[in-house]
Amino acid sequence: MTTTETTPASAPVRKQLTIKVFGVGGCGGNVVSQIHGTGFADVQMIVLNTDSQALAQIPLPDKIHLGLKLNGGLGAGGDPERGRAAAEEDEARLRGLCTGVDMVFICAGLGGGTGTGAGPVLARVAKECGALSLAFVTLPFDCEGPKRMRQARQGLEEFKAAADGVVCLPNQKVFKLIDENTSVVETFSTTNELLAQGVRGIWQLVTRPGFINLDFADLCAVVRDRHSESSFATAEATGPHRAKEVVEKLLANPLLEGGAALGEADALLVSLMGGPSLSMAEVNRVMEQINRQTDNAHLIMGAAIEEQLGDRLTVTLVASRQRSHTADVLSDPEPEQLESVAPPGMVSVSRGVAEINQLGAAIARKPVTRSTTAKREADSVSMAGSETDVAPSAPMLSTRSWRSRKKAKAMHPELQLETVTKGPFEHSEPTLRNGVDLDVPTFVRRGMSMN
Amino acid sequence: MLNLLFPEKTTVIVGLEIGTAKVAAAVGEVTESGGVNVIGIGQSASRGVRKGEVVNADLTAEDVRNAIVEAERSADVEIASVYLSVTGGHLTSLNTHGVFTAASDDHEISQPDVNEVLANAKVFNRPSENTVLHAIRQHFTLNGQAGIADPVGMLGGKLELDMHVVHGVTTRLQNPVRVVKGLNLEVEELVFSGLASSLALLDNEQKQMGVLVVDLGAGTTEYVVYADGVIKHTGILAVGGDHVTNDLSYGLRMAPARAAMLKQEHGAATIGGAAGQTLTLTSENGFPDRRVNLEHLRRIMVARLEETMQLIDEDIGEQGFHDQLRAGVCLCGGGARIPGIDKLAEEVFGLSATLGRANAVGGLRSATDDPELATAVGLVKYGAIRQKGLRRIGLVGKLKHLAGSLGIF
Ligand SMILES: Nc1ncnc2c1ncn2[C@@H]1O[C@H](COP(=O)(O)OP(=O)(O)OP(=O)(O)O)[C@@H](O)[C@H]1O
Ligand SMILES: Nc1nc2c(ncn2[C@@H]2O[C@H](COP(=O)(O)OP(=O)(O)O)[C@@H](O)[C@H]2O)c(=O)[nH]1
Ligand SMILES: [Mg+2]
Ligand SMILES: [Mg+2]
Repeated sequence: MTTTETTPASAPVRKQLTIKVFGVGGCGGNVVSQIHGTGFADVQMIVLNTDSQALAQIPLPDKIHLGLKLNGGLGAGGDPERGRAAAEEDEARLRGLCTGVDMVFICAGLGGGTGTGAGPVLARVAKECGALSLAFVTLPFDCEGPKRMRQARQGLEEFKAAADGVVCLPNQKVFKLIDENTSVVETFSTTNELLAQGVRGIWQLVTRPGFINLDFADLCAVVRDRHSESSFATAEATGPHRAKEVVEKLLANPLLEGGAALGEADALLVSLMGGPSLSMAEVNRVMEQINRQTDNAHLIMGAAIEEQLGDRLTVTLVASRQRSHTADVLSDPEPEQLESVAPPGMVSVSRGVAEINQLGAAIARKPVTRSTTAKREADSVSMAGSETDVAPSAPMLSTRSWRSRKKAKAMHPELQLETVTKGPFEHSEPTLRNGVDLDVPTFVRRGMSMN
Repeated sequence: MLNLLFPEKTTVIVGLEIGTAKVAAAVGEVTESGGVNVIGIGQSASRGVRKGEVVNADLTAEDVRNAIVEAERSADVEIASVYLSVTGGHLTSLNTHGVFTAASDDHEISQPDVNEVLANAKVFNRPSENTVLHAIRQHFTLNGQAGIADPVGMLGGKLELDMHVVHGVTTRLQNPVRVVKGLNLEVEELVFSGLASSLALLDNEQKQMGVLVVDLGAGTTEYVVYADGVIKHTGILAVGGDHVTNDLSYGLRMAPARAAMLKQEHGAATIGGAAGQTLTLTSENGFPDRRVNLEHLRRIMVARLEETMQLIDEDIGEQGFHDQLRAGVCLCGGGARIPGIDKLAEEVFGLSATLGRANAVGGLRSATDDPELATAVGLVKYGAIRQKGLRRIGLVGKLKHLAGSLGIF
């Protein structure tokens, strides 16, 4: 008793999180500037570079010169080794920046010297300081040549080893998605915007006031210590068909590789937000569509109403997979494939039953038809709200779970939907001890891999 | 408690645990010689409790009613009042110290002196929203001589008292009380469930030698440390079998009900020979449905159980109790049924571990041998000790007998 920390039962207080966004190298600096342009409160943005000229062009107050002694402010010359050495020279400084921080975003363009070499050092230091570290990186254009690509791949592996999660967006892929005549520079800014959206979306997910049902702990459960490559996307839609459209947009997002990222995910975090008109039926519709895309993913869902969203419905999604996906990212999907957002379910064709080095993923296969699943598991699910009729005002929007559950409903066959709950701990305060949420499975917190 | 079937001299005492997995009521009778026999048990699945605390009063009221009705039938008594166990993450415990100084060293310690030192020891910092659940006397120290059970009549100038105090958030302590009162039952006293369990399991010798009791429930895990015959330390973790089930449900990707079933059928607290073994599960229509790696199942379970015990071990280690626990570790609660749990406890605590049975009471074997009923049965024991004390007060008027011989009060 003496050592168990508790929070008041009635109002679990959301801890004020300390979050920092770092841009490393030229590309990283540009992405962070872009994020900054869209009004971020309470987040410190810091740009790191070895190149004093590039640094001078960044319109942000917090700029740090890496490896001045080593490189004399002249940049890393496209050599990741020099980027790394520069960061190591200033490691104490980086440590100072990361101390006491809950979460760190690191943006970098892979292929050059600074982002590729110094970025992973920063990720490691952030982790060592106890922060959750998420990296948002780009891969070079094909035209930049094989050397850069090789360096970039190497850097990606290092990021994956150092950070909790890495979201990777190849420039080439974005290039193919937009108009053929677009210039490289314009492509940059599109990519930068996508990355900025990613950072913003996750930031909102964990900080948005009133968003009580998905929190930092949930995010940690999905990404912490997994060293996985994560995909991330956010989409918004309005109008009567917004539940359907928002998912279509989501799946069209290049960050999700046409939905394939969902099929391969072993952990999925979905956050829905809408104005007061958001109904349980819509939440279910969105979740059902997303669920159809996933195979064995551990699903965490949260939904909230936010007055000022009005008619808008936004969905933010983080998909995390353990298996290395680098090769596919580099060689893979042709634009046709990306553009044609196949009807949900068809995407499964491209899913491999890969040897996934992660607990359970290799053992658990979903039964063939959903209805049997629903039927079998129905008796074990008690979910307030799913029993009741779907009212448009639906106040029961706040649920989450370590995994998805199915609920059959005989009277409304169209409502055989995935409904998720926080499970047995939904109505109780979290069991915290020394800041650790003991409700999160021990093996997850211990990062035990099963093979 | 009015019942014509019972001879005048026996008293009926009822213990009620509103647990996370089940509600259990134990009916006991106290014989003239002071022994306690369990004469009836009532149980019901618990639907409105999480982590040891009531979250749905309506469901819980129904479950309590069912358990009480069954207990009444089983013991053939009418139940009017209960000793009620409480637990939850809001409970806090600490040891306090009180001092009384007399004018001279040859002062004869009187009852008022003892009362003063008692009052003194009860002064400690606690949040205003908390209520003291227990203030348990450990021992007196007179002029530096420790381990005195009753100082009245002894000579000394400085009397000190060590106490173990358990307190909790008042509103949260009241939740189960409200449910019980809503059923027209009186609550005689609230008792920390870990304390109740320990009373069922332990004999005086174990308390004297030093022992750690761990109650592995569905929503909470309570622990109690005895040494030199008194309670030295208590604690509770809001972690239990539900967490094991949830970990499995997440890790093996299956519905919680199925995970709970697998846990009970194939679970263990050791990896054992599970390496490379696979279970084939069948769907409800009898077809092989999916395969589960038994080693993964065990590793997920072991990780949680080991962690839970490690957290307890750290806590009692910080207080320096390890070398005082010569009687080892005694396990109860549903978690005590997990195969190999005693081995795991031995490993984690570095002490011998046994599965406890309710040695301190007689009566129905089915009740005293059931690890899940330790709390309810222990509550009966608690009631018996209390009522004996109260009777003595009536007869002799001496408060000191409340100290009992069982290391409480
Ligand atoms: N053979 C077994 N293997 C694994 N777990 C078991 C076994 N038997 C019982 N349990 C678990 O023990 C738990 C129930 O224990 P118990 O009845 O002591 O809990 P409770 O008193 O209702 O809960 P609490 O005291 O935490 O409020 C359940 O989680 C159940 O799954
Ligand atoms: N999306 C995007 N990619 C960029 C941008 N600038 C550079 N890149 C990419 O990032 C890679 C590394 O470049 P840069 O960040 O300038 O190198 P560094 O400063 O040495 O890390 C290049 O090969 C480009 O593919 C940018 O502003 N946006
Ligand atoms: Mg119990
Ligand atoms: Mg318990």
